[in-house]
Amino acid sequence: MNWMRTNLKLLTSYPSALAGLVVILALVIMAVYAMVSMPLSEAINLWRAGEGIWQDTPRNAAPAWLNVFRREKLPVTQVYDTTQMPGSKTVESLGGGLKEIRVVFPVEYAYDGFPQEISVFTTAQFEQARPNLTMYWLTPDGREIPLGNETLRASESFRLSQDTRLSRRLRNQPAEIGLFADPGAPSPTVLKGTYQFVAEGIVFEDAADIDVKLVVYGQLHGLAGTDHRRRDIMVALLWGTPIALAMGFVAAVGATVSTMLIAAVGAWYGGWVDELIQRITEVHLILPILPILIMVGTLYNRSLVVIMGLFVLLSVFSGGIKTYRALFLQIKEAPYIEGARSYSASNMRIVFRYMVPRVLPVLIPQFVTLIPSFVFLEATLAVLGLGDPLLPTWGKVLWEAETNGALFNGHYYWVLAPSVLLLVTGLGFSMLGFTLDRVFNPRLRGL
Amino acid sequence: MSDNSVLLRVEDLHTWFELRRFGFFRIGHVRAVDGVNCVLGRGEAVAVVGESGCGKSTLARTILGLYTPTKGRIVFDGKVLDTKDDKAMQAYRAQVGYVQQDPFGALPPFMDVRRILDEPLVINGVKDPKERDARIRQALEDVRLTPVDDFLGKFPHQLSGGQQQRLVIARAIILKPKLIVADEPVSMLDASVRVEILQLLRRLQEAYGISIIYITHDLSTVRFFSERIFVMYGAKIIEQAKTRDLLDNPQHPYTRALLNAIPDPDPDNAHRFREVPGGEPPSLMNPPSGCRFHPRCPAIIRGKCDAQIPPDLELEPAHKVACWLYADNVQRESA
Ligand SMILES: Nc1ncnc2c1ncn2[C@@H]1O[C@H](COP(=O)(O)OP(=O)(O)OP(=O)(O)O)[C@@H](O)[C@H]1O
Ligand code: SF4
Ligand SMILES: [Mg+2]
Repeated sequence: MNWMRTNLKLLTSYPSALAGLVVILALVIMAVYAMVSMPLSEAINLWRAGEGIWQDTPRNAAPAWLNVFRREKLPVTQVYDTTQMPGSKTVESLGGGLKEIRVVFPVEYAYDGFPQEISVFTTAQFEQARPNLTMYWLTPDGREIPLGNETLRASESFRLSQDTRLSRRLRNQPAEIGLFADPGAPSPTVLKGTYQFVAEGIVFEDAADIDVKLVVYGQLHGLAGTDHRRRDIMVALLWGTPIALAMGFVAAVGATVSTMLIAAVGAWYGGWVDELIQRITEVHLILPILPILIMVGTLYNRSLVVIMGLFVLLSVFSGGIKTYRALFLQIKEAPYIEGARSYSASNMRIVFRYMVPRVLPVLIPQFVTLIPSFVFLEATLAVLGLGDPLLPTWGKVLWEAETNGALFNGHYYWVLAPSVLLLVTGLGFSMLGFTLDRVFNPRLRGL
Repeated sequence: MSDNSVLLRVEDLHTWFELRRFGFFRIGHVRAVDGVNCVLGRGEAVAVVGESGCGKSTLARTILGLYTPTKGRIVFDGKVLDTKDDKAMQAYRAQVGYVQQDPFGALPPFMDVRRILDEPLVINGVKDPKERDARIRQALEDVRLTPVDDFLGKFPHQLSGGQQQRLVIARAIILKPKLIVADEPVSMLDASVRVEILQLLRRLQEAYGISIIYITHDLSTVRFFSERIFVMYGAKIIEQAKTRDLLDNPQHPYTRALLNAIPDPDPDNAHRFREVPGGEPPSLMNPPSGCRFHPRCPAIIRGKCDAQIPPDLELEPAHKVACWLYADNVQRESA
């Protein structure tokens, strides 16, 4: 429509609209990226998975980019895995089915902070005789620290940080400090340089093998950090975007379109139809939406689809009906409608070609500003513990942060990232919506 | 008037609006048009005058086919209008153009000039885009919105009031109607452009032989615009005559009151509508019995005027008046 095009051109002259558009575009790109990089089922599985899958990430780590602002650099996680690093494992046959397996990981450590934890994970293949593994730690200044001698089962995890015997050997320091500390320094200071992790295993069968993975957990991780279950918060933030946008969009479309149609029906037919719609709207205006949603979420179902349907249902007879009705009544009486009748325009044509275009300038901005309010409502429910049980959403990240004392424990990033995303979403859509309102409804300009 | 020269014949036309309370209960009717008889010739221009709320617009809309008459019939071009036949009504409406009072309100603000003029053509089945374009250009030429190309892409708010009304007129003539109904077409325009618009209507009337029903408050424009005048009062036509005849020699007490020659210091108001002294316009829900003017009439005949409805009396050819004062005259003359 020509008229729309003119207005859209006008829109670009408002910085607030451009800012809003940029924000929305960024969110859309984020959403598309999430969907392209990882299917929803994988995101759901990742988010529900336990430590089996989140083995290589630290617990409650802050975002990695914090290092940019720090003088003393904190470590990020380093993973050394024989299955990933072909040269790190040598096998030597000793005859008689006996094999020696030697694993060496050179650990380059140049951070100022100590790691969060150190763990070794092993997998062993054998039939009868369990392999044996001896592990050492070689420091840059030439010390050799034994890490233990173990008889392996099919898979083992050695949480060195929780090994009290090792800690006693390290002057009562936990492994992640003791192994990296400069012995000459009065207070624990990192001794920078190249360490070596050495594991020497003996297997007793021809087909037997050992694989070793060393994880030196950092204090920082990824773009958004990790939570109490070692999950990368970014997964939820990323996938929370398409979920939030889709939910806000669908709910807003449902709400505005149904509200507009009902208002149009009332205004068009008038009489008792209109009266009925008016009375239902008035009753509906005093219904407390949040308690109803909480009730349904607690007693019936918390899935996003149900909640979304309920949002729409509860907003159909919203106060918007009054606005649209007044508008339709006014438009219905406009002389140009009568003019259109005088050249035999049909009812359908009049409603869709002559009346709806007049409502669009009010509808579109309202629709745009409605989107974030639905996103907020979903987040509110999630924070109250009534989020979708499966989907990773921003609200659920907030809820988990809250229930795990994120702020109390200083994990501010855990709360900050989803809050900022919610805020930015609200801001982006509102800026665009309000500007659209100004452009489309010039009588409000300057108010 | 011979039958072939008649374009429109309105017979005993009634248009009543139902009044409801709470959308349920009927509480009566507004009898906005209540027994109107009149005839309009081909290519003739008549003016309909009368005070506010007397039913002029309702009569116009009923003639336009926008309201369904409660009673009575409309005979157009020799055919009785069947308001239940949608096809026939569409064909009829295509032959009657409508010029509204408020030109800006009469134009969809979100359509440009081309689209506004295209709509009636599309709706009424002009399928060939080239023909539509040609007719749009012709219509704009006809109303002097030239150069045409400058106007095609404009939106109503980019036009002046006079240009907007020209566009409304272009829309009214684009389907080549035989009749144009103009409901106070200049009352919302600047005085400076009123004459221009009326001259334009007059020119179109002459060029295309279109009949015009011109509804107005302003008697000063009537004199040069219309051949005949219908005076409405209380939902009825109470006097109709040739323009000069009616202005110079009004018969009905209401018409006389309208044209009452009280000296007015403002010469502009010489033939303006005046408030009829005493009383209020009649209620159209409970109209006065007998003659509707009797509560305000200075010449009332008690016992007759307030009891019996006066018939249309033909004083002279083409001069009819609905008033008991002339009953004896006419009887004596016709006797
Ligand atoms: N759609 C309607 N429903 C109910 N009553 C109506 C409707 N349209 C008009 N009326 C009433 O019918 C009467 C005649 O109205 P109408 O608009 O025809 O008068 P008018 O002579 O054109 O007046 P004006 O000079 O003010 O335009 C008025 O009392 C009006 O209130
Ligand atoms: S009929 Fe009677 S009341 Fe009516 S105008 Fe004539 S004289 Fe007056
Ligand atoms: Mg009127």
